[in-house]
Amino acid sequence: MGGAGNRARAGRLMLWDWNYTFEILPELARAALVTIEATLIGFILAATLGLALAILRMAKNPAISIPATVFVEFIRSTPLLIQIFFLFFVFPHFGITLSGFTAGVLALGVHYGAYCSEVYRAGFENIPRSQWEAALALNLGIVDTFRSIIIPQAIPPVIPALGNYLIALFKETPLLSAIAVLELMQTAKILGSESFRYTEPITLVGLFFLVMSLVSAALVRLVETWLGRVGRRV
Amino acid sequence: MTDNAPMVRFDGVRKTYGPLTVLDELCLDIARNEKVAMIGPSGSGKTTVLRMLMTLERIDGGVIYVEGEPLTHMERNGKLVPADQRHLRRVRAKIGMVFQQFNLFPHMSAMRNCMEAPIRVLGLSRKDAEARAAELLEMVGLGDKKDHYPSQLSGGQQQRVAIARALAMRPKVMLFDEVTSALDPELVGEVLNVIRKLGTEHNLTMLMVTHQMGFAKEFADRVCFFYKGRIAEEGPPQQIFVQPREERTRQFLRAVLEAG
Amino acid sequence: MAILLAFAAGVVLASYAGFREFLPGLIEGAWVTVQITVLGAMLAVVAALIAALAKMYGPWPLRWLAIAYIEIFRGTSALVQLFWLFFVLPHFGIVLEPLTVAVLGLGLNVGAYGAEVVRGAIQAVPRGQWEASTALNMSRASALSRIILPQALVAMIPPWGNLFVELLKATALVSLITLGDLAFRAQQMNQTTLRTVDIFSIVLVIYLCLALVLSQSMRALERWAARGIARGRVA
Repeated sequence: MGGAGNRARAGRLMLWDWNYTFEILPELARAALVTIEATLIGFILAATLGLALAILRMAKNPAISIPATVFVEFIRSTPLLIQIFFLFFVFPHFGITLSGFTAGVLALGVHYGAYCSEVYRAGFENIPRSQWEAALALNLGIVDTFRSIIIPQAIPPVIPALGNYLIALFKETPLLSAIAVLELMQTAKILGSESFRYTEPITLVGLFFLVMSLVSAALVRLVETWLGRVGRRV
Repeated sequence: MTDNAPMVRFDGVRKTYGPLTVLDELCLDIARNEKVAMIGPSGSGKTTVLRMLMTLERIDGGVIYVEGEPLTHMERNGKLVPADQRHLRRVRAKIGMVFQQFNLFPHMSAMRNCMEAPIRVLGLSRKDAEARAAELLEMVGLGDKKDHYPSQLSGGQQQRVAIARALAMRPKVMLFDEVTSALDPELVGEVLNVIRKLGTEHNLTMLMVTHQMGFAKEFADRVCFFYKGRIAEEGPPQQIFVQPREERTRQFLRAVLEAG
Repeated sequence: MAILLAFAAGVVLASYAGFREFLPGLIEGAWVTVQITVLGAMLAVVAALIAALAKMYGPWPLRWLAIAYIEIFRGTSALVQLFWLFFVLPHFGIVLEPLTVAVLGLGLNVGAYGAEVVRGAIQAVPRGQWEASTALNMSRASALSRIILPQALVAMIPPWGNLFVELLKATALVSLITLGDLAFRAQQMNQTTLRTVDIFSIVLVIYLCLALVLSQSMRALERWAARGIARGRVA
């Protein structure tokens, strides 16, 4: 990448350096993998945590439901970036050093877990009370009621909403560049700072996100229609 | 009858919704295997009786006993205290309920609807639960529809599945909450036939809220007429329907006849 | 909600030792945050209105421009947009101050989402209003500006409220383009004193309070705007 410095001097007047573009593609591709990895792990964490939080919020015991609600509202009302910083810098105080990737994915998971819990909650509230009553009349316990009756009915309708949060999470992975995770944005910045040409790296990254975002949005709509047809049965 | 203790006893039971008293010091004994029909204008408290027995509503006063044992309360140091979850679940197992809106689980087939609770609650093996469900669905006349989903069944068929589902738990008391009110008229008969069959072929205590006066007259051992949270009159169908003693009963029956 | 405030107060009191030490510097940063939020919000509303109207009623070149604007700014994240404006524009000869980049980037970002809100609100105005305007021989532009938009504006306030809170949270990103906002100050103090828990707890509480003030103001605005418009059942 050292030779790129010369490129900058030669190419400063160019609007777009195609050679440079192809040169940096491999590096960006590697970074894209990190981005995708962070997205998937973060989302799995968010989807799971969100479900747990939603169930906790429905607990009859206020000592459980109120802290859960406060936690969710707190996370949703404060910036993700601050939460990322907090997790990254707080753990060393307790003797645990987390890598940037781990702290970042954790923060993404918790932040979007809070959003997902809202989605699940809406899903649960859409289940008519009569289903709960039927389960009670059959003497099904609370665990079985959730597991066999409520969750199977509540989840399919909310999958599109969860899909939208997956996309949103994906688009926020560049925030991890703030704690030096080698995902797309951080890599683009490093490339740019070394070659003094930011145009190609950052625009390419932007295009990548744009294309992925449009494709996934179309996919989510597809899932929505497919669920609508299958949902006839439910 | 070997046991003289009533199957179900309501002892001074009260239910209020804020300032409104829905059930007022209700005292009602139901004998083992007795078939009791509860009739009366809407809001008179009949459905609340069923829902409290099924523990769907909390009780505001008095005690409900099932087979001599308190349902809503439990004994602790010789005194009655409100029942905890474990006690409720144990006694509740004796009661089964069929709802006006069927309330089948839409994401399960008829078969699975009937198998779910026996497996999860009674601990039956999958095979045993399946056999029991098949037998019950056969009995209600839906053996060939066992793999159908509720959305593929008519109202009458769904209600019959609901009856099979409740029976799969082998309750001693069956509650029927206006189970034909949500059905198209031509489907009412098939459900009533199943209930009739239950009455003759099974040892079940049955408590039903109904507007089907003809059915109540022919099927019930005893009829209770509810008015404003109290039993205004009760007795054998012969008395209630043919020679009612209370004016209010007469008025109600007149109104029902005119409408029907 | 009162619980939230109580919790916030509790956290603040808990880090009381750091409270007096850090608060002044953080408040300065918070002021920058507020400025960016307000300016960005104003830009967002203007951009959203223009984009939505262009998309719904404009000639096809304008419509495609609006669609492109909306898709690009919604399809990429705020940080990508900020970095692009900050790092790439200079190559085309345009060098902007960090504050301008911040307001521009965040304003246009939220504006793209806002365009959908505006569109939805306009479409939600009952068809009868259009018909009545036509019957009175009003021009389309006139009907739009005097009859439809004023009604749509009231319906828009709650979703805009949510977007403004998102904008407030997004301002934290400007710390990454060296703008001295609340997040920037927090990071600075953290690097020098390493009192992570104290600093960031206070910071989170400040953001929370700002968000609460924002959403309460929007609710008050909605009540004021809806005066005279009958809502809900008749009797």
